Amino acid sequence: MNFVPSQSALDHAGVGAESIAGLFWVMLIGGCLIWLIVVGLAVYAIVVPGQHDQKRTRMLVIGGGAVFPTIVLTALLTYGLAMLPDLQRPAPEGSQVIEVAGVRWWWRIHYRMPDGNRVETANEIHLPVNEPVEFKLKSEDVIHAFWVPSLGGKVDMMPGRENRLKLHPTRVGVYRGVCAEYCGEAHTQMAFDVIVESREDYDEWLRQQASLAVAISDEAEAGRKIFAGSGCGACHSIRGTSADGVVGPDLTHFGSRRSIGASVLPNNADNLTRWIAETHRVKSGVEMPAFETLAEDELRALVRYLGELK
Amino acid sequence: MSESVNQQPVPLHEHGQRRPMKKRLWWIAISPSVWAIHFLACYITAAVWCEKIGEGNLRPLQISVGIYTAIALPVIIWVGYSSYRNFRRGDPPVPYDFDDPTDRTHFFGFTAFLLSSLSVVATLFTVLVFVLVGSCD
Repeated sequence: MNFVPSQSALDHAGVGAESIAGLFWVMLIGGCLIWLIVVGLAVYAIVVPGQHDQKRTRMLVIGGGAVFPTIVLTALLTYGLAMLPDLQRPAPEGSQVIEVAGVRWWWRIHYRMPDGNRVETANEIHLPVNEPVEFKLKSEDVIHAFWVPSLGGKVDMMPGRENRLKLHPTRVGVYRGVCAEYCGEAHTQMAFDVIVESREDYDEWLRQQASLAVAISDEAEAGRKIFAGSGCGACHSIRGTSADGVVGPDLTHFGSRRSIGASVLPNNADNLTRWIAETHRVKSGVEMPAFETLAEDELRALVRYLGELK
Repeated sequence: MSESVNQQPVPLHEHGQRRPMKKRLWWIAISPSVWAIHFLACYITAAVWCEKIGEGNLRPLQISVGIYTAIALPVIIWVGYSSYRNFRRGDPPVPYDFDDPTDRTHFFGFTAFLLSSLSVVATLFTVLVFVLVGSCD
């Protein structure tokens, strides 16, 4: 498993991305072919001395300037369009359905369970390898776009509308997803991690995500009280506790996530401390207020509590 | 354009059956306009069909696009052919930029012919989407 998230459409790890990478290379070769012929004709016209034969010149201009590009473009368009039906076809009935909503500047994620329930998480998506997954994409504010370059194409997330996307990962690993539509101040910091894993690991992860927040150590218990007393629960939800806010990301299993702030910082105690105390220095524009007034021991307890939410 | 220029003799066109294109500036906009209308008709029909009527069976949608194309293509080809005939009348030297009726006719004919050729390709590219994709997804 690679631990540095890949964000390249050419480093493909999914059926859609593989097709798109193939399309890129074919388009590149086609474009180079057109460029070579046009530049070749220009060089020929400059280098060959004397007056050119009129009939031959006309043939070259019409053939090289109009007919040949039209044929190449038609071939490239046909090749590209022929890919679409398979790329756009929904995942088969019974596939995992994941709802993702773009929110400035993070991702609200719901896994639809076979029993009809939904499990909420945020900023991190787990997928089973070699299985198609259906995404339902929405936006809660402005236009965003959901894109995991290594797995497939991008799809816009429109307010008031549900778009769909199928991803079919083929290689275990960690990949980076991004918002591909400018959505405001922290647009470039609106990313997420995608973990592609075996079916067994995925099932275990999903089972754990569906559970309530777990029992915690004494220091973490102090942190839980600070969390409640500071009003964090007005915006964040931690299932199994009184915190049931829906403005910010669900934190029920925050400690199990790889990153903080929509893939801005690796998830560790130092970074989390910085995030809570200097939120806007880490990610300018977010709605969460910085908790600069917390004492050092309170901050440490709060970080411990959140870190234990696995 | 002055009246005196308009009344100049047009020897190269006097024997022609059709009216010379010297005053028909709007003529060059016909083919691109037909392509644009065809494009809009295809995509509006597709949007309405996929959203409101039936996602499964796309045959009626493809037949509609076929009908639009059967109307649009002959119009574009006819404009292109007429323009080509005007453009080929006589043989003034290129470029056709002299301010007289003959060069204007050639210029309009040549421009309209090229735009018609482009419109044929663009219309066929529009149709290609409906032939190859064949899905509302």
